[in-house]
Amino acid sequence: MAAAARGYSGVWRRAWQRAVACNARGGAVLAGKSGLAPWVPVVGLEIHAQISSNSKLFSGSQVQFAAPPNSLVSFFDASLPGTLPVLNRRCVEAAVMTGLALNCSINKKSLFDRKHYFYADLPAGYQITQQRVPIAVNGSLSYSLCIDNKMSQMVTKTVRIKQIQLEQDSGKSLHDDTRSQTLVDLNRAGVGLMEVVMEPDMCCGEEAAAAVRELQLILQTLGSSQAVMADYEIERQIEELENGGTILNETRAFDSKLGCTVPMRDKEGKQDYRFMPEPNLPPLILYDAKSLPANMNHQQVVNIDWIHERLPDLPSVKRAKLVEQYGILPEHSFTLLNEDGLTEFFENVVKQTQMKPKKVIGWILNDLLSYLKQHSLTVEESPVSSVLLADLLNLLEKKEISSTAAKQVLAELWKGEGKTPLEIVKEKKLELIQDQKELEQICQAVIDGQENEVMAIKAGNRKVLNKLIGLVQRETQGRSNPVLVKQLLEKKLSE
Amino acid sequence: ALKGGSPFQVSAALKEGRVTPTELCQKCLSLIKSTKFLNAYITVAEETALKQAEESEKRYGRGQPLGVLDGIPVAVKDNFNAAGIETTCASKMLKGYISPYNATVVQKLLDQGAVLLGKTNLDEFAMGSGSTDGIFGPVRNPWSYSRQYKEKSVPKSHSQEDEESNWVITGGSSGGSAAAVSSFTCFAALGSDTGGSTRNPAAHCGVVGLKPTYGLISRHGLIPLVNSMDVPGILTRCVDDAAVVLGTLAGHDPKDSTTIQDNFKPFDLPNLTDVSKLSIGIPKEYHAPGLSSEILSLWSKAADLFKNAGAKVIEVSLPHTRYSIVCYHVLCTAEVASNMARFDGLEYGHRSDMNKSTESMYAATRREGFNDVVRGRILSGNYFLLKQNYENYFIKAQKVRRLIANDFVKVFGSGVDILLTPTTLSDAVPYMEFIKEDNRTRSAQDDILTQAANMAGLPAINVPTGLSERGLPVGLQFIGQSFQEKQLLTVAKWFEKQVKFPMIQLEVKRHDHGAFQHQKSASFS
Repeated sequence: MAAAARGYSGVWRRAWQRAVACNARGGAVLAGKSGLAPWVPVVGLEIHAQISSNSKLFSGSQVQFAAPPNSLVSFFDASLPGTLPVLNRRCVEAAVMTGLALNCSINKKSLFDRKHYFYADLPAGYQITQQRVPIAVNGSLSYSLCIDNKMSQMVTKTVRIKQIQLEQDSGKSLHDDTRSQTLVDLNRAGVGLMEVVMEPDMCCGEEAAAAVRELQLILQTLGSSQAVMADYEIERQIEELENGGTILNETRAFDSKLGCTVPMRDKEGKQDYRFMPEPNLPPLILYDAKSLPANMNHQQVVNIDWIHERLPDLPSVKRAKLVEQYGILPEHSFTLLNEDGLTEFFENVVKQTQMKPKKVIGWILNDLLSYLKQHSLTVEESPVSSVLLADLLNLLEKKEISSTAAKQVLAELWKGEGKTPLEIVKEKKLELIQDQKELEQICQAVIDGQENEVMAIKAGNRKVLNKLIGLVQRETQGRSNPVLVKQLLEKKLSE
Repeated sequence: ALKGGSPFQVSAALKEGRVTPTELCQKCLSLIKSTKFLNAYITVAEETALKQAEESEKRYGRGQPLGVLDGIPVAVKDNFNAAGIETTCASKMLKGYISPYNATVVQKLLDQGAVLLGKTNLDEFAMGSGSTDGIFGPVRNPWSYSRQYKEKSVPKSHSQEDEESNWVITGGSSGGSAAAVSSFTCFAALGSDTGGSTRNPAAHCGVVGLKPTYGLISRHGLIPLVNSMDVPGILTRCVDDAAVVLGTLAGHDPKDSTTIQDNFKPFDLPNLTDVSKLSIGIPKEYHAPGLSSEILSLWSKAADLFKNAGAKVIEVSLPHTRYSIVCYHVLCTAEVASNMARFDGLEYGHRSDMNKSTESMYAATRREGFNDVVRGRILSGNYFLLKQNYENYFIKAQKVRRLIANDFVKVFGSGVDILLTPTTLSDAVPYMEFIKEDNRTRSAQDDILTQAANMAGLPAINVPTGLSERGLPVGLQFIGQSFQEKQLLTVAKWFEKQVKFPMIQLEVKRHDHGAFQHQKSASFS
């Protein structure tokens, strides 16, 4: 079922959070309308991920986003009579990679089938898919989610992967009701999809969203797919159940205009796809190091072990490495991986600054990221580069400015006017006062002017000291190191 | 004139300049016009053929012909895609459809310099055994106009009307190709064979019809009937010619994933003289109900021929033969239902004017575009593929298919080299008689002797053997082992030499230029 790119699954997630609340134990309770006994929904998902490849699953036409309509259509894609499917090796490798990353058993022999239905965007009148024996089965996906939206309490969950199957994507049809016509664009017809089927192990939308997000990260890390297409099924089924309806075991089509799924035209409510083996494709045979025949042409075979050896670090491994290498918290590593390019940015800053990674991470996650989010920018679009941020943090680390001043400088840097941190510091006179004598004088002046407070402090009320520190800060316009000021005041007061 | 005697003569003649490719092409085009009443051709590509002939002539002029087929006029059944030429499958659904690409086999012929004269007539979408059920009308068997037939079968009045009502069918579904070869309008033609569609008309038209092993020749560009059984078929006037064409067409095609990977080496057919090491199997189940006594007798004589020459001839059994018709019916209709799903009027082909909704457009288009044979098979096929029926029909039929294929494995495994069987139950029937039964009945009857080879994917060949009492051709079939075409054709060639099938004495009165006759057999290789 068709869906667009990432922005799409974001919309889905927000809508979902309205419908369900998660309780403190990490289970799920429906925000029940009628006050009846709450029940636990069990959710299964089918995710269709478009395979990242140069050409389509069974034909040589290109896979490209946003090309002019019907410009990427081969004779086979248009179902011209007499054309035959030829399997794309890269798509097979992508599916094997994905299966291995999800701990699946890879079927050394898998089969292709035809699934029949009539629709304008399905030129052959059938889709080639893997219904009897898919390429990978029985895997698992571990994901983490935070309880009660508190980042500090993360829980690891697992969802079983039933199977992964290779299949064709359909074209796009746009209904023009004013002119009573349907416009068909076949650019996407025949593009390779991996359908990842998850068992109904998830309790609620929160879990489903987290699982999907982790799957998306895995696919992007593997490079087997760029975007995860999320199905609207979960939201619909929960709403249906809430309203006392029953879930029909049906397949629904996604109507991109309405933004929801609609039942496919069928009077009985059940669609019979008349599955039949695809006679033009022999069984797909995969090999491993043991089963590989000696004199087989390497161009002609896919070797599972060879692919396994070349798998990149999966997100879970990457996160563990970040925690170990930089001493950051697990939940920090999640946030780093969740944002495109953020890990790289973080690591670049760490390389260029003496500030400890444990401290750097705070600036990355609290300051940089929140600013980017506020302005809907990606890391790539950040007006503050890693070089600039590193420079700023160095100033802070060398105690040339206070952290308050640093935040002010950062705010200036956002404007993207090309000034360096040092220039801004000089411009706004934010340097910390280095002259001890000057500081001492100011401290003395404050002490002299606050007789009552001094007496209170001397009487034992240490908290009042903070007021004096604050006054010194005000006098110095924030250009004093509070730690140093406190030391000086204490020294003076004890004299 | 030129149509030569033994193999390699026409090619040799071209090479030596005794005839030019353009002369040859023009002669064939002229003959096509004179034999138009046979209705063998749907499209005659006169201009392009002459151009191809000119190019061939230039190559011969430089002493650089591409091969034996260079300059040789050929015809192709109208269910093969030929770029720039209408490809109709004799159906309203594809009437006017100009194909944008060449089928692999068509490309290979053109690459060898063959001259494509045109596309030949067939049953609509290759469904039928008479070549009578296409939108362009039935094909007439050239033997209807032979002296041999007229002497034996036509009543003494010899009136034009009698001739009209007496003409016999070609068999099918590749009737146009068989008629084209039989009437000398081309030297070789391509047909297709799913249940016997090349061998059946070959038998009725007195020509050689070869069904190769499934997977040997590419199906890319052949509009499919049953993907798991279809093969391109070769029709020629002698076995040697069939071997030459096979050599050009066979081999792996990356565009067809069901072709074998192994390298194919074209072969020269040896002249077999000693058959004493050969073991010929006679399957008893092929003594089928309705087999004419004439053919039975011919079959028996053929077996004796081999025996007397020293070969071992034994009776064998293929016990599941009697299930093959129903098994074929289920599997064929199921695939048809699937293959025809693409004809919805949207991307190409006929589109109905009905435009109330997409569904109504589909329904009207398919009702208007397909004849009732096609529609009947689609409905049956969809029925068998329904979830509740799939196990009992489709899966069951697949299992029976395996049993049928295993029958052959066992027999060949027991030491038999080749099987000898009849190709058809009788000689060609008159059209008026043929149409008394419906297409499905006819197909079920006529396919019985040829269809099992398609189920098992085996190579088989019809060799014209003799004339019936009515003066019409009768052929016998040899079935060989998978990918053993060389052995199959070698034995067929030996047999062909023994039986010396007579040349058709074609008499065509109905023509401006008066009657003419062709006296020499014509082969090209």
